[in-house]
Amino acid sequence: MKVVEAKIVVLGSQGVGKTSLVVRYIGKMFSKHISPTIGASFFTCNINLEDARIKLQVWDTAGQERFRSMAPMYYRNANAALLVYDITSAGSFAAIKGWVKELQSNVPEPMVLSLVGNKCDLEESRAVAQSEAAQFAASIGAAYCETSALHDQFISHSQTHNRLVSSPSSGRSPPLRCMSALATTIISKRENGTIKTSSFTKRKE
Amino acid sequence: MLVGQSIETGYAYRLPLNFKYGNEDKLAGLCGVIQALVSVVEEQNQDILRSISTKDCKAIFLVKGPLILVAVSKSNESETQLVLQLTYAFNQIVSVLTLTQLNRIFEQRRNYDLRRLLSGAERLIDHLLIFMEKDPAFLLGAVRCLPLPEKARENITNAITSTCNKIRDLVFAILIAGNQLITLVRMKKYTLHPSDIHLLFNLVRSSESFKTAESWTPICLPKFDATGFLHGHVSYISEDCQACLLLLTVQRDAFFPLSQAKHTIAEKLRRSNCLVAINDALNRNKELPTTNPLKHIGIPEIRHFMYKCKSTAQLFTSDPISLDRLQDYRLRHKEGGDIMVKKIEKLSDMDYVRNYRRFCSQIHCSSTPAKLIFRSNSDDTVLAWVTNGFELYVTFDPLMEKDHAIRAVDRLLHWIKREEERIFIMHAPTF
Ligand SMILES: Nc1nc2c(ncn2[C@@H]2O[C@H](COP(=O)(O)OP(=O)(O)OP(=O)(O)O)[C@@H](O)[C@H]2O)c(=O)[nH]1
Ligand SMILES: [Mg+2]
Repeated sequence: MKVVEAKIVVLGSQGVGKTSLVVRYIGKMFSKHISPTIGASFFTCNINLEDARIKLQVWDTAGQERFRSMAPMYYRNANAALLVYDITSAGSFAAIKGWVKELQSNVPEPMVLSLVGNKCDLEESRAVAQSEAAQFAASIGAAYCETSALHDQFISHSQTHNRLVSSPSSGRSPPLRCMSALATTIISKRENGTIKTSSFTKRKE
Repeated sequence: MLVGQSIETGYAYRLPLNFKYGNEDKLAGLCGVIQALVSVVEEQNQDILRSISTKDCKAIFLVKGPLILVAVSKSNESETQLVLQLTYAFNQIVSVLTLTQLNRIFEQRRNYDLRRLLSGAERLIDHLLIFMEKDPAFLLGAVRCLPLPEKARENITNAITSTCNKIRDLVFAILIAGNQLITLVRMKKYTLHPSDIHLLFNLVRSSESFKTAESWTPICLPKFDATGFLHGHVSYISEDCQACLLLLTVQRDAFFPLSQAKHTIAEKLRRSNCLVAINDALNRNKELPTTNPLKHIGIPEIRHFMYKCKSTAQLFTSDPISLDRLQDYRLRHKEGGDIMVKKIEKLSDMDYVRNYRRFCSQIHCSSTPAKLIFRSNSDDTVLAWVTNGFELYVTFDPLMEKDHAIRAVDRLLHWIKREEERIFIMHAPTF
C-alpha cells in the first residue's frame, strides 16, 4: 500500500469552529471546552483509503487578528487548505475571500482548496446562503460542504445534481468525510499532475 | 472594567480595550476625559498626572508609550502596588504585540482602536489582574516553585538539558505546573526576569487550548526583549501529568525539532518516575515535609507565612488554612493544654496576603523603608522582616509577645534553611 503524506492548513476567522472541526475529526468527539487557539495547534492523523494510506499533518491556526501575520508560516508548505466560515456570520464568509486572495498571490504551487460552512445546526440564524457559497467555491475551484462540529452533520453540495444531500449514517463522522474527501482530492490531483510538491513522499510499505 | 472586588481598571487610548460595564458612548466620553486630564497636566504644568484621590477611592494613571493606563481602586493597595498592576497589564499587552508593533500602530494611526488587535487577549489581561490580586508572587517580585524532592528536580533538569543541549537557538526551556516553576534551563548568557515568568504562567493558565494539542506561538517577553517575538513550542507533558513545557527559541520554523525534543523529554521523565513525583507534589499525595508545611514545622501559633529568597527571587508560602484543618491541627498540638479551641474565621492565602500588603509597602517604601515590623492586636499578630537574604511575613495568633514571636521565627527560618533544596531551585542550569 502506498503511503502519502499531506499537509493541511485550516484557516478562517476567530470562533468559526476550526478547532472543533479538527478535534471532531481526529478525536471523533465534540468538546464544549475548546478554547481559542493560541498561535497554531498541530495535529496528525492517518486516513486509510482503499488503495492508500494518508498521513495528515494538520495545522489548525488561530483566528485572532493578532496572529494574522503568522499565517504564511503555516500555509507556505501546505498541500491543501480548509477554509472555514460560520454560516451565521457573513463577516466570516467575507474573510474567506481575503484568505483566497492571499493564498493565490503567496503560494506558487497549486493548492487543494475546500470551503467549509460550519455550524449548520444553527439554520435559524443563517447569514450565508448555500447557493452563494457554492457559487463562490466553484469560482475558485474548491470543494464545498456544510458541517456541524456540534451535531456531527455533513451536507455536501453535489454539483452534478445541484441539490443538497444530507449525509446518511455511513459510519464515518461527517467532518471526517469532509477531510477524507479533501485527502482523496489531494491524491487524485497529485496523480494527474495538477499538484506536484516536494513535500509528498511516496513509498511502498 | 471591574476586576476582583475592588479594583477598577481601564486602559485607554481614545477607547479603552477593556470595559465590562457601560456602553460605547459613555466609554468614549470617559476616555476623552482621561486623555484631557493627562494632557492638561502634561502641557500646562509640565508635569505628570500620577493619581487622583477622593474620600473613598483613588485613580492611578500610568502613561506607557502610546497608552494611558488607569486603575481606580477602593482597596488598601498603595499607589506603588497599583502602578505595579498597571505595569503588568501593559507588559501583558506588549507580550502579545511587542513594543515595536504597538508603537508602529499608533505612529501610523493615532486613534487606532487597539481592541481589534487585542481581541481574544482580553482574557489574558483579565486573568492577570485576578492572578495579581490572589498571588503574593507579584507583590514580592518572586516566583513560586513546585516543592519537589531534590533528586527528582535534578532528574527533570537533566532530562531537559541532555535532550536540548544540541538544539541551536533554543533560549529557554521551562517546565511549569499550577503557576509554579518546576525547572528553568537557559542559554548561558540570558536570564529570565520574574515578571516575564509571571506572564508565561498567566499565558499557560489562561489558555486551555494548550491542553488539546502541541502549539506553536509567538511570545514576547518584555523584560527579556520587548522589541521582538520568541517562538514557543507549548505542550503539556502527557495526558496524565499537568505540567506544561515551554521551549522558547528565536527560530520561527523550529517547531518540528522542538516537537521531537518534547517527546524525548516526556519519555525520559516517565522512565525516571519524574511524572509521578510531579503529580505527587501537585496533588499533595505524599506526606512530605512540604505537603503541609505548618504542620511539619510544628509551631501552632503560626497561622500563615510567606518567605522570599532574595538571591533567587523565589517565594514560598504556607498553605491556605481552612477552619477544620486548623482546628484539627491545633488539637493535635495540644501538648501544654492551654490552647483554647475558639472560633477562627476561615481565612485563605488571599486574605493573609491582603493583610500583608500594608506591611509590604512599608518595607518597600523608598523614602523610609522599615526593616522589621511587629504589630499585635486582638485579631492577629503580624511580623514582617527584611534582611539582605530574605523577606519574611508571618501571621501569628492575636496578642503574641514580641520575644515569643521572634523565637518562633527563628525556628521557622531554621526549617526553611533545612528544606531549602526542596522548596527552591538553588541552581540555575544552562544548556
Ligand atoms: N452551534 C455550533 N457551535 C459550534 C460548532 N462548532 C464550534 N462551535 C462553537 O463555536 C465556538 C468556537 O469554536 P472553536 O472551535 O474554538 O473556533 P475556532 O475557529 O477554532 O476559533 P479560534 O481558535 O479562536 O480561531 C465554540 O464555543 C464551539 O463550541 C458547530 O458546528 N455548531
Ligand atoms: Mg481554534
